[in-house]
Amino acid sequence: MKFAVIVFPGSNCDRDMYHAVKEVLGEEADLLWYENSNLENYDAILIPGGFSYGDYLRCGAVAATSDVMKQVREHAERGKPVLGVCNGFQILTESGLLPGAFMRNQNVSFMCHQEELVVENNETVFTSGYEKGEIVRFPIAHGEGNYFCDEEALQQLKANNQIVFTYKNNPNGSVSDIAGIMNKEGNVLGLMPHPERAMEAILGSDDGMKLFKSLVENWRKTYVTNA
Amino acid sequence: MKKVTVYITLKAGVLDPQGKAIQESLTALGYEGVTDTRVGKVIELNMEDGPDLEVRIKDMCNKLLANPVMEDYRFEVEEAVQA
Repeated sequence: MKFAVIVFPGSNCDRDMYHAVKEVLGEEADLLWYENSNLENYDAILIPGGFSYGDYLRCGAVAATSDVMKQVREHAERGKPVLGVCNGFQILTESGLLPGAFMRNQNVSFMCHQEELVVENNETVFTSGYEKGEIVRFPIAHGEGNYFCDEEALQQLKANNQIVFTYKNNPNGSVSDIAGIMNKEGNVLGLMPHPERAMEAILGSDDGMKLFKSLVENWRKTYVTNA
Repeated sequence: MKKVTVYITLKAGVLDPQGKAIQESLTALGYEGVTDTRVGKVIELNMEDGPDLEVRIKDMCNKLLANPVMEDYRFEVEEAVQA
């Protein structure tokens, strides 16, 4: 499986994402500078965390207007998987690929520590390797992870089973403890905590492994006939 | 040329963590009687005038300057002062 990791000016989790899929999982992966990139030959797009464009205006707002995000939209419309983590999630909401928006954490502080998450939906290409209700530990590292959407949008998310991960102990004030959501079609996932930083037990947790493994296994089942 | 000033604020009912922190600081400084503090943004634009000026401003606000999910905007238009 071939992954593209998009690098914006100010991305800083791009190497972690690349390391997770390339070194830990042993899949093909490229780091792609956002300018003049071509996503056509990639099976999955990873949008990493960081502070694209210095978080100017709103987190992810400027990156969302880039040409490469038009390509990400086309890629998503073809049903191919897209994963945005942290700033990547913010870019996905700003570009309208996922509903909602992000505000400053309720305590107005940047937070960087492990959080326990609950797997709310394990019937997705990203989470089929988890049990429903399983508790996983991923690190968070954000100042603006306070997910917001209005009541109507929240009811939609619930009705369509789009809430994939919630915080066990909500650290940032997110509506309904939301840590990760997907689109209705189920191929675009945004996640505030960092599964790519939870790939090796020696670094604190390897609970992120199942996420990337689920994605690869589901892709093989669909696209590789002899799998 | 017109000078356009866009004011962006969080929607009514959306909790403003920055505003709340500032409010607490004001109280700590002894300024009682401030009942609500909300933080917004001001963006100043110099734009070419035209019959579609307002349409263009609204379009820019909805697509980039404000996030309609959580923010409201309003704007004022005046003659640009030539430098």
